[in-house]
Amino acid sequence: MSGTESVAFDTPQRERSADNFAIWVFIGSEAMLFGAIFLVFLIAHIDFGPAFAAASKHLSLPLGTFNTAVLITSSFTMALAHMFSSARRWRATLLALTATAALALCFLVVKGIEYGREIGEGLAPVLGLPFRYAGPDPVHAEFFFGLYFTMTSLHALHLIGGIVVIVGMMTLWRTASPANRVRRVVALGLYWHFVDIVWVFMFPVLYLINR
Amino acid sequence: MSFGIPFFPQEASSQAGQVDALFYTLLAFSVVLGLALTGLVVGYAVKYRVGSKADRTGKRSRSLPLEMSWTIASLVIAFIFFGWGAVLFLRRDHPPADALEITGLGKQWIWQFRHPGGQREINELHVPVGKAVVVSLAAQDVIHSFYVPAFRIKQDAVPGRTTHIWFIATEPGRYHLFCAQYCGTQHSEMGGWVTAMAPEQYTAWLNRQGEGETLAASGEKLFRALGCSGCHGPNSKVRAPSLDGIFGRPVALDNQQTVIADDRYLRDSILNPKKEIAAGYQPVMPSFDGLIDEGEMQMLLAYLKSLSPQPAAGAKP
Amino acid sequence: MTNATMPGTYLAEGSGPRAWLLTTDHKRVAWLYLISLTAFFFLGGAMAVLMRIELATPAGDLVSDDVYNRLFSLHGIIMVWFFLIPSIPATLGNFLLPLMIGARDLAFPRLNLASWYVFIFGSLFALFAVVAGGVDTGWTFYTPLSTLYANGWVSTAAFGVFIVGFSTIMTGINFIVTVHTLRAPGLTWFRLPIFVWTLYATSLVMVLATPVLAASLILIVLERIFGIGIFNPELGGDPLLFQHLFWFYSHPAVYIMILPGMGVVSEVLPCFSRRPLFGYKAVALSSMAIAVFGFLVWGHHMFVSGQSAYAGVVFSFLSFCVAIPSAIKVFNWSLTLRKAEISFETPMLYALFFLALFTFGGLAGLFLAALAVDVHLHDTYFVIAHFHYIMVGGMVTAYMAGLHFWWPKMTGRTYSETAGRIAATVTFVGFNLTFFPQYMLGFDGMPRRYHTYPPEFQFWHVLSSAGAVVLAIGYLMPLFYLGLSLFRGARAPDNLWNATGLEWQTSSPPPPHNFETMPVVTKPAYAYDMKGLEHERFSPHREEAAQ
Repeated sequence: MSGTESVAFDTPQRERSADNFAIWVFIGSEAMLFGAIFLVFLIAHIDFGPAFAAASKHLSLPLGTFNTAVLITSSFTMALAHMFSSARRWRATLLALTATAALALCFLVVKGIEYGREIGEGLAPVLGLPFRYAGPDPVHAEFFFGLYFTMTSLHALHLIGGIVVIVGMMTLWRTASPANRVRRVVALGLYWHFVDIVWVFMFPVLYLINR
Repeated sequence: MSFGIPFFPQEASSQAGQVDALFYTLLAFSVVLGLALTGLVVGYAVKYRVGSKADRTGKRSRSLPLEMSWTIASLVIAFIFFGWGAVLFLRRDHPPADALEITGLGKQWIWQFRHPGGQREINELHVPVGKAVVVSLAAQDVIHSFYVPAFRIKQDAVPGRTTHIWFIATEPGRYHLFCAQYCGTQHSEMGGWVTAMAPEQYTAWLNRQGEGETLAASGEKLFRALGCSGCHGPNSKVRAPSLDGIFGRPVALDNQQTVIADDRYLRDSILNPKKEIAAGYQPVMPSFDGLIDEGEMQMLLAYLKSLSPQPAAGAKP
Repeated sequence: MTNATMPGTYLAEGSGPRAWLLTTDHKRVAWLYLISLTAFFFLGGAMAVLMRIELATPAGDLVSDDVYNRLFSLHGIIMVWFFLIPSIPATLGNFLLPLMIGARDLAFPRLNLASWYVFIFGSLFALFAVVAGGVDTGWTFYTPLSTLYANGWVSTAAFGVFIVGFSTIMTGINFIVTVHTLRAPGLTWFRLPIFVWTLYATSLVMVLATPVLAASLILIVLERIFGIGIFNPELGGDPLLFQHLFWFYSHPAVYIMILPGMGVVSEVLPCFSRRPLFGYKAVALSSMAIAVFGFLVWGHHMFVSGQSAYAGVVFSFLSFCVAIPSAIKVFNWSLTLRKAEISFETPMLYALFFLALFTFGGLAGLFLAALAVDVHLHDTYFVIAHFHYIMVGGMVTAYMAGLHFWWPKMTGRTYSETAGRIAATVTFVGFNLTFFPQYMLGFDGMPRRYHTYPPEFQFWHVLSSAGAVVLAIGYLMPLFYLGLSLFRGARAPDNLWNATGLEWQTSSPPPPHNFETMPVVTKPAYAYDMKGLEHERFSPHREEAAQ
């Protein structure tokens, strides 16, 4: 089975298209996961619009906007990695991958700062921390923050997963055949763009929709 | 019944006969179709067993007319059963206007009932025969379900909302009341009896229980004790909407929408007053979420309803 | 495994723990699943037997209410997530899918092995929950009972189910990609065996529905640990929202469980009738229809929950619609027997029993879809009986049919036909004795999940409990004669039943990469009416008699 990772395939081309397809199926599955949670948010938003609008104003718009920019840039570097790998420019590919992982890390750090601020202000209804909220209708504001932490941390977990895969891929880089390298970069790229798109939906829904 | 073995449950409400008519029709259909299919399969199995001399010419492994016809027949039969069931089901939402309203509260692991005259019962419910009874249900802790098999009725009691079930008992007697939704450790002990009695006996029974304070009267006391009357009362300094005749009336909201003041609206206005603000008023009312329990909520709702001209039961959603 | 005598087969590729636990051969992974699932099946079954013994008397005298509640909760959790959902796909499907489409393995062999480890990892949480003190929420985890009031190991069990969900999704993705990319030359979609169609349909549901369960379980765990109030009415949440999310997964999950069973029966019936499956296309497409419609009917679990009456009407309508493809299948299976040459080996007996039990379970579904009748029957033993007729009478019977049908392929050995037929019959009798009385109980108004009950229900409960003992014997028997066949069974020929599928064209057991020469397909599935296959056949029971 020359050049294929799975014994099931005759040629690397077939394996690559199978990989692509698998990632799309996986993205469909992921879309259902995020879809379910977005749906919960939507229903709660319809029910408690004013409380959610008020609570949303306590999130940091500058940090959120900055993070959105960071993540979109990481999608760009990931696209570069795809391009370079197709052209078999391995050094450039590795550089682009490193940049992608670094940008994602930057996103997580900023997100961490945001979390820290919110916990400091007493806006995090998690781990039994006291919830101090000055605005109207604190009960439903707490509900908003509960959803905010659930959704953003689920997204952050996906990002962490992506970083782990990038690091793993770079560790195994030297032993992988060229065909496998391209295949992996393409598959990872699809996943990466999906996780970014989830954020592109999450950002307006949490930060902007109520302004 | 036959040797004490229960085959068919009692029918003791006006709905029971109607539900059973559909049930037995379904049963007849299932038995006929089931036996026909069984007969067919067994017949084929015997006739075409390996080595038999049966004629096997003219085999076919597809037949579009046959497949089309059984698909269409299944659809038609399914839609008939669907329509029949749906028509009966939709009646659940429309209790007669003059129904007697009893409140029921489920909590782990008892049912509490309160009659319009204020008489309370636990795990027992006395109702008159031949008169429509609406039970408005609430739950204090987890989801419970009010189930009287002999009446063929069931309704979940869900925390945070009021649900309704109505029936007309037709046969005097004592019938099982069950909690049908699993609700924790003593779920199987949560239940008791519904006693259907002739109307005059029911009146006599009510009298024997004494003229307790009516639910609405309890609600009125609570209305004052919680300070609601301070703002909603006629001489208050704070401008709050008057609640006279509120139940069942349309209310204009500050977002140009209009809602009917039903159970849901009143409940939400007490627990979550910022959600739907009556047009022309400031959102100054505090939330009573966590300050009153389900039983007290039922009292307040009963009081608010009593401020509307009767009958109020017809205005249900 | 006595593999020493079978050189050249997948069983001869090493026998140490390493060779099994680090294998990426789909056939060996199937065995890993088969052994773990069998353990879970008997664990869940033991709980069921305990419950039935408790219910033989109206008073709660054998176990306390807390213990009883834990028994039925864990019985449900184990049977649904640790047996039924993976059962046919992860064992028979895993073993056969590549063989049936002429592939060397699944598309992602390592993902396949990983799915088993994820399954085991998740099951450790569930087992820990069992040992540590149990869960008493029912398998449905309804809020707010599960979030605010239950005191068992709810988060642990929910987390275990959550992890097993990943394993389900991995299997689903693997199967979908395999069917799309690895079919043998000439094997067009409408030449695929129905078993492959149903595995494909089931995988689609696995991939799209499981994440929604994951989301709702995450929310439950967050609510229990962090107190965010998504399902708590006091914090503005809605307990019914959980039911919507849960059933959005769990109703399709019912089809995850039954579809592969339908596939197995569609293989067995034609083989022992020596006839092509009647209405092949209708059966294939109705599997897809079931998978799609299955997503639209979740609200029929909630007719009396307080959701709007009009939602109830819509869901009832859709539920009647989803009954049609199942009815079509039953008619097609029955007509397959017409003008056939039927013989009654063990797999065929199981398949015929499936047909009967599935029909009577499915017809009961009509009662539950009819709104006004469901108001009476909802949350009673009628639902229990309906569910078990489909899941145990349907699914487990089909699983047994498949296991007996492909056992010679998987092991290269034949089992005792006599024992097999006796076990099948005992199972059928025991099953009906256990669950038919439960229809009566439900109609009489006996609610489900009751530890004690009014004495007038005792007659039916005693019948049901007696049946459970018979049923248990029926399920224990194969454990012995199938186990014995591994050591004493006669060598099976490559195509024992003279069947048409590609899996029968390689050796029994198959070589490590399934085929010595990769097959090319020129015929439709179930070409039993083509020359050369009509009359000749191997008949193990006749051979047994001759010995």
